Order: sequence, then structure tokens, then C-alpha cells
Amino acid sequence: MSASFTIDGKAVPFAEGQTIIQAALAAGVYIPHLCHHPEFKPHGSCKLCTVRISGRQSASCTTLAQAGMAVESDTPALNDERRTLTQMLFVEGNHFCPSCEKSGNCKLQATAYDLGMMTAHFDHFFPSRPVDASHPDVLLDFNRCILCSLCVRASRDVDGKNAFALSGRGIKTHLIVNAKSGRLADTDVTLQDKAVRVCPVGVFLRKDRGFNVPIGRRVFDLKPVSAYVDATAALAKE
Amino acid sequence: MDTVVKKKLKVATTSLAGCFGCHMSFLDIDERLFDLLELIAFDRTPLTDIKELGECDIGIIEGGLCNAENVHVLREFRRQCKLLIAIGACAINGGLPAQRNQLSLALILEEVYHTSVGLANGLIPNDPELPLPLAKVRPLHEVVRIDYFIPGCPPSADAIWKALNDILAGHAPALGHGLIHYD
Repeated sequence: MSASFTIDGKAVPFAEGQTIIQAALAAGVYIPHLCHHPEFKPHGSCKLCTVRISGRQSASCTTLAQAGMAVESDTPALNDERRTLTQMLFVEGNHFCPSCEKSGNCKLQATAYDLGMMTAHFDHFFPSRPVDASHPDVLLDFNRCILCSLCVRASRDVDGKNAFALSGRGIKTHLIVNAKSGRLADTDVTLQDKAVRVCPVGVFLRKDRGFNVPIGRRVFDLKPVSAYVDATAALAKE
Repeated sequence: MDTVVKKKLKVATTSLAGCFGCHMSFLDIDERLFDLLELIAFDRTPLTDIKELGECDIGIIEGGLCNAENVHVLREFRRQCKLLIAIGACAINGGLPAQRNQLSLALILEEVYHTSVGLANGLIPNDPELPLPLAKVRPLHEVVRIDYFIPGCPPSADAIWKALNDILAGHAPALGHGLIHYD
């Protein structure tokens, strides 16, 4: 029999070397997450997947599963903290869902819905983040970036182009394009790149296609993000 | 024997920097308005055209704050209403009007009244009766305490109905999947 641990009392089997969230998602147990992606090494930055293990809180995407551990995840206290983190993400960027092409296919929005976020609560930063429309096929809208680094990881580890990076520190951290000009047009990024298709929010938008699927029939209009457990596959089809 | 007459809750509504879309969506509750009117009576609202705000139990505010008059009306609502509800994207995060926040007000006025195509000798309106625009559009909760929020652009009639029922029943509104929307 394979080794197992529990999440909220439910037994979850795991293989040696699997993180808590990997084992959980494989077993159909949803843990809220934004920067985790099954195909990439963990980044551990969004902290939404934080769980409680023997009284200590830890990001489930960077913690290895161990036999017998008792993990708490879907508790009011943890969900309150996850909602607060989500609210902070909303005020730090410019997230105007009514004018965003990704609305309904956005993990940030869907996660906020699932956590019952009725307001962003904090004062909005309204940062100035000009868009990069230089590329013929891809629009980069930095306003929505949540610094998950998935495009950075995809471009470096899958596309082999290293076209993106997170620059600056603390609250000044921001996504940059690795080109002397800083413009996407001056990279070899193409529409086929994994980096272009992995964004959980609406930073990367295809220029030649818009509102293909109408609002109301999109991935998270059909089911809440928690019902997908891992929405990556559903989003990849869009 | 005296019959007990249940006192109706007084409700006021207004639209600040909004488009009245949330008010239209509110009217979309259709015949349920009759059920609602068993429980509430309107004070100041565009629906009754009452201009003066009296003491109210609930104030429902659509739209964010884009000028000094918006702030004045919001503070008046906070003073007069026991509960304040922010309804719609603009009231909650500034919404569409807040898209101007990344540009300076001077630049916007210049573009709109002076340099746009088709404008000759345009003047920036400066009548003292016009409320002064704010440097940035702000959501309501950044200026006064807001008790409850109903997100959406606009929230659907069903979302508004559910939220109002929750609030009238005395608890915080909870909108499940399908009702909670930011778009």
C-alpha cells in the first residue's frame, strides 16, 4: 500500500517526492492556488495554497508530502487569510473585470468568487503600468500581473527563450521583457510559446481573437474553480 | 384589538460616478419589486425623484467618486443611513471611470476640450456651479465606511434580490457561484 496523509480528515495517497498540492490535486482535493501549475517547478509566491500542518502554516506547493501528516486546508481561518491575500492582489494591480477579455477564464477572478470576495477591502493603488502592444500577435497588459512567474518559468524551462523576468524587490517587483528595448516585439516570442498560454490572469492576450466564447459560457461560468480541482486542463483548451 | 403595523424600512438610492446600469438591473427584479415594497419604502432615489435625503435605514449607492459633489452626496448618505450598500463595480473599485486614474487630470481635460479632432477653440468648463473633478476616481469604501458590497457590472437582478433578502434578514449577503460576478 502506498503511503498517505490526510487533508481535512480525508486520506490522500502520495508518491515519494510529491508536494502536498500535487498529491491533493491528483486525489481530487482542491486547494486554492494561483502560482502553482502542475507542469512547472514550484515558485511559492502567491501563498494561496497555504495549509496548516500540525499547527504550522506552510505553502502546500513547496512542502513535500510525508506519511501520516495531518493537513488542514478548507477551514474558515485559512480561507479568510486566502481571501485577504486575494484582496491584496486586486488592489495592487488594476483589475477591471468588466473590460478584461479573460473575464470568466481568469483564475484570480474565479478564486476570488470561490472565496466569496465581495470587495477588495483595501485602498486601491491604481498603479501606472503601460501596456506593451508592440508585438504583432500578443498584447501584454501588465495591469493584471500578479507576479506568479508562470510566464517566466515557461519561457525559461519550456520555450528555452528566457524572454521574461521579475525585476525589482518587494512592492516594486514587476514583470519585465528580456530585451534591450524592453519591448515584446524585440524578443523571439511567438503565439505558440508556452509562456503566452500559461498566464492565470489577463496579461497575455491574443491579438487576432477576442470574445470567441461569450461571457457567461466561459470556463468558470460553467463551474466554480474548486469544482475543477485543477483548472489548468480546462483553461488550456480555451 | 389594534393590528400591529410593521414599520417599513426606509431605503434611499443614488448613482454617483456610475451609468445607472445598477439601478436598471435593480428594476430587473420585476414583479419581485411588489414583494420588496411590502418591506421597504423609498426615500431619496431616482425612482421616486425625491431630491432631499431623510433619515434612512438603508442607503444603496451605485458609482464611484469622480468629483467633489459625489463625495458630498456620499457623506450625506453615510450621515443619514444606518446601513450603506455599495452596488456595482464602480462603487466597489472605481470601475470604468477609474480607467482615467493613470492619466493626469490636466492631460485629460486638455485632450477632451482642446486637442481632440474636431474641436476649435474649445474651453475647459469652469462654471463655479460645476463640481470639481477629483485627481483620481475612488471607490466608496476609501472615503466612508461601507457595510455591504454587491459586486457586478451590473450585478444581475437575481444577485441583487439575493443580496437584499440576505441583508433584510439581518445577515451579510452571500452570493454563490453564478450570482457573484465582477463583470
